[in-house]
Amino acid sequence: MEYFLQLFFGGLTRGSIYALIALGYTMVYGIIQLINFAHGEIYMIGAFVALIVAGVCTIYGLSGVSILILAGVIAIIYSCAYGYTLEKVAYRPLRGAPRLSPLISAIGMSIFLQNYVLLAQTPDFLPFPRLIPDFDFMEPVAHIIGSPELVILITTVVTMILLTLLIKKTRVGKAMRATQQDMNMARLVGVNVDRIISLTFIIGSALAAIGGVLVASYIGQVNFYIGFLAGVKAFTAAVLGGIGSIPGAVLGGLVLGWAESFAAGYISSDYEDVFTFGLLVLILILRPAGILGKSHKQKV
Amino acid sequence: MLKIQNIQTYYGNIQALKDVSIEIAEGEIVALIGANGAGKTTTLMSICGITPPRHGDILLDGDSIKGLGAEKIVERGIVQVPEGRRIFPDLTVQENLEMGAFLRKNKRLIQQDMNYVMTLFPILEKRRTQLGGTLSGGEQQMLAISRALMARPRVLLLDEPSLGLAPLIIKQIFEIIRQINKESNTTIFLVEQNANQALKLADRGYVMENGRISLVDSADNLLANDDVRKAYLGI
Repeated sequence: MEYFLQLFFGGLTRGSIYALIALGYTMVYGIIQLINFAHGEIYMIGAFVALIVAGVCTIYGLSGVSILILAGVIAIIYSCAYGYTLEKVAYRPLRGAPRLSPLISAIGMSIFLQNYVLLAQTPDFLPFPRLIPDFDFMEPVAHIIGSPELVILITTVVTMILLTLLIKKTRVGKAMRATQQDMNMARLVGVNVDRIISLTFIIGSALAAIGGVLVASYIGQVNFYIGFLAGVKAFTAAVLGGIGSIPGAVLGGLVLGWAESFAAGYISSDYEDVFTFGLLVLILILRPAGILGKSHKQKV
Repeated sequence: MLKIQNIQTYYGNIQALKDVSIEIAEGEIVALIGANGAGKTTTLMSICGITPPRHGDILLDGDSIKGLGAEKIVERGIVQVPEGRRIFPDLTVQENLEMGAFLRKNKRLIQQDMNYVMTLFPILEKRRTQLGGTLSGGEQQMLAISRALMARPRVLLLDEPSLGLAPLIIKQIFEIIRQINKESNTTIFLVEQNANQALKLADRGYVMENGRISLVDSADNLLANDDVRKAYLGI
């Protein structure tokens, strides 16, 4: 039972991170039907910026949690700037082009950003400081769920609640939903659709940066390639849950996290990817639109 | 008030509007009739800035609005009820109406207009919390018109409001359009295939064929015109 709970919380932690990154894929897809393959790189850039900030902070003698918050905030700002620019430079000029063109542009940007960090920083793995301290009150349950897991869970849950409130309750959230449902109609009621698309990229990038900082300080290392791996997993989560659906991205992330955790724990960690991607194939056969996805009829 | 001067609109290399000029005076109801594919919807989308014309000009009160973004044109008071209603399917009726007032700030006036459209179409009050996509065709048309009214339009463009609706509902919708025109002096530009109904409501009418205006006259004269009767009224 203890082992089961350990795997359960391990999977939940992983899954919530996947969900956080998957939200960026799914929100962008929902609004412009583009798989933003460079999204993982935004996550990676967030982690790198946090590493640099953490290094500077350590020199000035700041400690654990204050560094985490400062590094997180600056990483979010940087990632948002990258995400915003990415859309402006690589996708906006291709609006109205065949769907394949922005997709290729996305892959190009992904490779570009990876290599940019590779050249500007280093090809090696860099150690990332453990910014999340061990809390004393977690001592009795530490063998099931540790302090870093707790911080990750709380952060992702709070972030998702804020995102939900933004989308459900605010004027701009309503405009985002309207744009997603019918872009030209949204323009006809006066929504500045370009601004809504920019905002979507900014929000997705902020979520990716939060994920990047949390994972980097959890795992303890970063390099230029982490975005690609995390991106593939998160994209899988988004497809699993039904791409375009926000609750779907969260559910897909959790399902993927648990599948990985239980497969690694009960079968073999060598086979965890086999099981997770096997699960993806299975779900896509049974429900091609994903767990919560709607199968939209193509309108002519 | 609204002056469309020799506009030409293209979809890629295909020219949809070849030389269209239309003039609408304040408080008027003007109908645009024509067959499928004549360019009626394109005319409305050109006015609204969704498919801006390549040549020609569109003037509102003498100022050119050509090339402005769609949202700027809405701000100037030109609001469209598009073909097929285009209700936001996953927003509630209330949210759809709020989206109609997206550019307005005064909460009190928005609420007042919300109450006004609910008295025009009492069914919307009952459906307030339902998703737009679950409404019947007639209810959606009522919601689409109400959503447009929430923007306080000076010019209301209606694209095929009768399409796919039962005769009784059509009658009701046309009655409401007349009422909107009378009560708030809203200028109305109505695109219809249902030429008979449209011309009965309108003051003047334009007939469109293959991307050009082929005929313009008072609605009564058009209803009496032999060519129009043969081609569009099926008499």
